[in-house]
Amino acid sequence: MTKSRIDARFAALKAEGRAAFVSYVMAGDPDADTALAILKGLPAAGADLIEVGFPFSDPMAEGPPIQRAAQRALAKGMTLHGTLDLIRAFRGGDQATPIILMGYMNPLVSWGFEAFAKAAADAGVDGMIVVDCPPEEADPLADALEANGMALIFLTTPTTDDKRLPTVIRRASGFVYYVSVAGVTGVKEADAQAVAPNVERIRKASGLPVAVGFGIKTPERASAIAQVADGVVVGSALVDEVAEAVDLNEDVTTRVLSKVESLAKAVRVSRRGLTAV
Amino acid sequence: MNAPTRPNDYSAYPDAKGRFGDFGGQYVPETLMPLVHDLTAAYEAAKADPAFQAELGGYLTHYVGRPSPLYFAERLTAHYGGAKIYLKREELNHTGSHKINNCMGQILLAMRMGKTRIIAETGAGQHGVATATVCARFGLPCVVYMGAVDVERQKPNVFRMNLLGAEVRPVTSGSATLKDAMNEALRDWVTNVHDTYYLIGTAAGMHPYPEMVRDFQAVIGREVREQIVEAEGRLPDAVIACVGGGSNAIGIFHPFLNDEGVKLYGVEAAGEGMDTDRHAAAINGGRPGVLHGNMTYLLQDREGQITEAHSISAGLDYPGIGPEHSWLHDVGRATYLTATDAESLEAFMLLSKLEGILPAIESAHALARVGDVAREVGKGGVVVLNLSGRGDKDVNTVATHLGRQI
Repeated sequence: MTKSRIDARFAALKAEGRAAFVSYVMAGDPDADTALAILKGLPAAGADLIEVGFPFSDPMAEGPPIQRAAQRALAKGMTLHGTLDLIRAFRGGDQATPIILMGYMNPLVSWGFEAFAKAAADAGVDGMIVVDCPPEEADPLADALEANGMALIFLTTPTTDDKRLPTVIRRASGFVYYVSVAGVTGVKEADAQAVAPNVERIRKASGLPVAVGFGIKTPERASAIAQVADGVVVGSALVDEVAEAVDLNEDVTTRVLSKVESLAKAVRVSRRGLTAV
Repeated sequence: MNAPTRPNDYSAYPDAKGRFGDFGGQYVPETLMPLVHDLTAAYEAAKADPAFQAELGGYLTHYVGRPSPLYFAERLTAHYGGAKIYLKREELNHTGSHKINNCMGQILLAMRMGKTRIIAETGAGQHGVATATVCARFGLPCVVYMGAVDVERQKPNVFRMNLLGAEVRPVTSGSATLKDAMNEALRDWVTNVHDTYYLIGTAAGMHPYPEMVRDFQAVIGREVREQIVEAEGRLPDAVIACVGGGSNAIGIFHPFLNDEGVKLYGVEAAGEGMDTDRHAAAINGGRPGVLHGNMTYLLQDREGQITEAHSISAGLDYPGIGPEHSWLHDVGRATYLTATDAESLEAFMLLSKLEGILPAIESAHALARVGDVAREVGKGGVVVLNLSGRGDKDVNTVATHLGRQI
């Protein structure tokens, strides 16, 4: 396997001296075709990496925006198989942008880790974030992903103290995700001041880039976080745009991509601090 | 999954990783992992502390009203014409079901851990009422998450919780029933990690809950062992209980697991029938997966999305089952039967008329199969049924199904 797309992208951005803008989109929200159109438009709108949510009926760590996005997607018949179809379609036109799938364990358990990992790698997936798969339970999945050249990206949180951190990053690859608030997605607001020392601590311990997510909704916040982190993840604020566009009968793709542009621009102009990896 | 092996000593489970064979575990978001590790350590310490056990024992005696009687159901026995049927009268506990046994244990643990706020999920409202009760007793604020659909069909219990000082938060996400209430309670816990204790009502969820809830409910089985030896001079031939999450069943089963001569029967809710998709039988109608922190049998579609359970009994209306039951099923130590809504209603009325006891519609599922088990064991045998709750809360449901207005 050549250097992974995730590693290559973070290395390139490090050379540019800026943080990555990581954009989240829920597969199948509001429908498969629109989600694919959004996906295809994301790199040009400024997304450096893309997280694609695969919907689950019981997303226990999500706030209302992503819960509703998952329900919209499930109502339209989106599945994990369907999610991989979207990635495959996206890869037809883009071989460079890293794609990370984000979701919950049960659809993976249901498919079977080995068979899923093969199919996902084949579709062009680069890594996985599995919210209800802590490091203690991760080995079988991590083995399957590793064997197929994919990264398992672990979440660290404000409750991950120094004693626990080595356990969490033991099998980390790609990057480490720092959940900036104790809570569900898209409710509390991230505070750059509080985030900075944690990013530093995790970066030092893992030797990997650290992306920060949960609670980043505005260009201002994204810019502040971009100064202290290697990546800025925005999810709920984007799925909210989907919901609003649907409600107002506006063009969903245009609305989401315009929000992505404003966030990506804020991240791009924000020079990262001098704390290089 | 590997072929399961039958253990020499069931009491050695779960293992250090919270596993019963392939089942159980701790599938929770990272934010909660340090908390569940703390909880595990705190529970292990409390379990081994005689002072904690003595304090719990005192409340079980004087507040809950334990031991509950083991009652020989003479007319029910005669009706079926098989083995003698005894009822373990958990419905006589304070608050009317076995739920209080667990709540009392966990609230003492929460206070020992210095937690100052209690959250819980509830389906029928029995666990919510029991949690609100112990919170009132010890002066702790209590928030109960309850699916909006259940709030509507269990109004008297919502009012009871309010009378006890608890705040009931209706949950409208997902299917607005018990599983969604549990999701919402987990979201609260993730958000309020420092002061909040999550008091789970059944022997499911992430380790250590399945072990801890089982241990607090095992007082049922321990009492039965003593009481049946006193009454019959021997252990029973079979023990039977209804299973949703499975806390009353594991509570009565557990002290008998190493007695291979005692047959164990769990009864799942078959709803409108196992040939329909409207049931709540995770073992008989599901397959293994991960939900709410544990690997266990679940109702799910072919893509791994959790499907809605259906049962006349809100207390059994859950798409999963405790992981120890999944394991006991796989190793063949316990047998899981089913009973439909209609069979359970019939059993509800039968017990009311023959013994003067209105059973909870949950417990009526076990009653619906006890005749089969009693006849299989045969005359001269002994069967114990866990009468886990009383049926006063169900009279509206029963009336509706009988086409009566009350």
